[in-house]
Amino acid sequence: MKIAPAQKNGNGRLVLRAEDVWKSYDEGTIAVLRGVGFEVAEGETVALCGPSGCGKSTLLHLFGGLDEPDRGRISVNGSEVNRSRDLLRLLRHEVGFVFQLHNLIPDLTLEENCLIPAVAAGTRRGEAQQRLRQLADRTGLSHRLGHRIQKLSGGERQRTALCRALMNRPKILLADEPTGSLDEQTSATVFQLLLDVAATEGVTLLMATHDRGLAERCDRILEMHDGRIHERQSR
Amino acid sequence: MIFFRLILTNLQRHRIRSFISIAGIAFSVAAMLTVVTILQGAIGMFSGILSSDSEIIVFERNVSDLFFSNVPASVAAEIARWPMVAHADPVLFGIVSSADHPIITCFGVTAEDARIRQADWIAGKRADFALHADDVVLGARAADFLGATLGSHVPIGHGVFHVIGILKTRNGFEDGGVFMPIGTAQSFFHKDGSSVVTIKLRSKDDAAAFKGMVRQRYPNLIGLEDAEFSRSYSQFKILKATAWAVGGCGLLLGGLGVANTMIMSVFTRIREIAILRVNGFSHAQIAGMIFGESALVSILGAFSGLVFGTGALFALKLVPALDGYVDVSIRPVVMLIVILLALLTGVAGALYPAFYAMRVRAVEALRFE
Repeated sequence: MKIAPAQKNGNGRLVLRAEDVWKSYDEGTIAVLRGVGFEVAEGETVALCGPSGCGKSTLLHLFGGLDEPDRGRISVNGSEVNRSRDLLRLLRHEVGFVFQLHNLIPDLTLEENCLIPAVAAGTRRGEAQQRLRQLADRTGLSHRLGHRIQKLSGGERQRTALCRALMNRPKILLADEPTGSLDEQTSATVFQLLLDVAATEGVTLLMATHDRGLAERCDRILEMHDGRIHERQSR
Repeated sequence: MIFFRLILTNLQRHRIRSFISIAGIAFSVAAMLTVVTILQGAIGMFSGILSSDSEIIVFERNVSDLFFSNVPASVAAEIARWPMVAHADPVLFGIVSSADHPIITCFGVTAEDARIRQADWIAGKRADFALHADDVVLGARAADFLGATLGSHVPIGHGVFHVIGILKTRNGFEDGGVFMPIGTAQSFFHKDGSSVVTIKLRSKDDAAAFKGMVRQRYPNLIGLEDAEFSRSYSQFKILKATAWAVGGCGLLLGGLGVANTMIMSVFTRIREIAILRVNGFSHAQIAGMIFGESALVSILGAFSGLVFGTGALFALKLVPALDGYVDVSIRPVVMLIVILLALLTGVAGALYPAFYAMRVRAVEALRFE
């Protein structure tokens, strides 16, 4: 089994690790992951590239505890992600998700959407509000807090999704085509913001993307073909 | 606050559906409240007839209905002589009919009876009661629907009676009834005694001793205090059970409406539930949201139903034909039970939807964007 090693550019602590991970759908007829192995160190930004259906999203879901591998081990912060693990803690405090279609609740305001993880985690209101203001300032959304999602532009929605993902101060951000639904200019802006915020917050980023240009700006690129990882250094 | 917003948002999203669910619960609650209150009012009125200025009722043991009870006149006379008894009034109940009015309650009473003594005499004099065998006194509503006035003759059953007085009482049964001397009633209904004997004791402390004496001397009779009678009389039990059963069926239908709404609510927001899961909502929080939504529908429905039901009761009270029969005073315990049942129904209706929502797999819901 081959594992693509992490770069030792931070403190070297491994935060994400996949070991010989296999995953298939439809009772094994569609094999998506075939022995995937790689590591990500704390503070790294890693792009997962590959054609549609190659298993990028599946891999992110596995790290978030939303799905289980058929075989192999998925570890986050040194602990295996399986049924015996506190998956709620994983989702509430250890990882944050950003999706291509932002997945915000349209009837709620920007503020209310961002506070959902805080409500789930039982964070005190004052503390959550303070954190929201901090994130809104960083992402340039302070003036839009009371607006409903329908009133926001695509870029603002994706920035809102980023704020929500970081609300509970997770140290790992799992981003699934975060700029996939945006135009080129907005995409570049949002991606730069993603990198900036990740750097400021000290967050490890694992991002699935089709966009080679954006992927090149990450520390590493992991190419996925035929359910396997082929590493390529980007910077 | 946001948790509540999530609940409220979904109700606002599908306003017509939410309104129909709330209306379903409201109509069920209103129906239950109306039926239960009317029947309890009727029971209260009937109890009121029996307990006019008395504390204990003596009647035949093991009869299914007081109309079938027979307390011999000699027994009533003997009980009246017991030292602890202030007065004992035999009352004979019967149903009589008249042209266009097949059911009129008839009260065979003595001139000293509390019903005669305490009523407001609109016409005639109490002193004239029971002077002649064919004399009757009518309740005000009975006089109205029989078209009778003081001094007129009215056909009742197979006889014609002379109206020597008209009474106004607050009790619907009495107000729509006919009062005749007990001797006349015995002759009319072919009985030699009375249906009950209502007892006023010199001291309420003697109640237990009095009941013991009845049990000892007349094994086929029973003496019950008013409250005991209301609790144990089988007709009252049947009426109460019927009222709650009818109301309960209504509420069940309302609950099915809530269940339907909640199932639709969950099916149409699977993606939203998945988003909440990904953002750290636990199964309990997801279920709490679904139960909260159904509880809100139930509470809104229950309070709307209370307002609607109370309005319906007041409207019924204004119907002339029901004057005196409808008691609009809603007992707090009835209100509480109705609200609790509505809540329970709402929660029960959300059980399956909540279970379904808890089982939503975020990864599957999010995969198909």
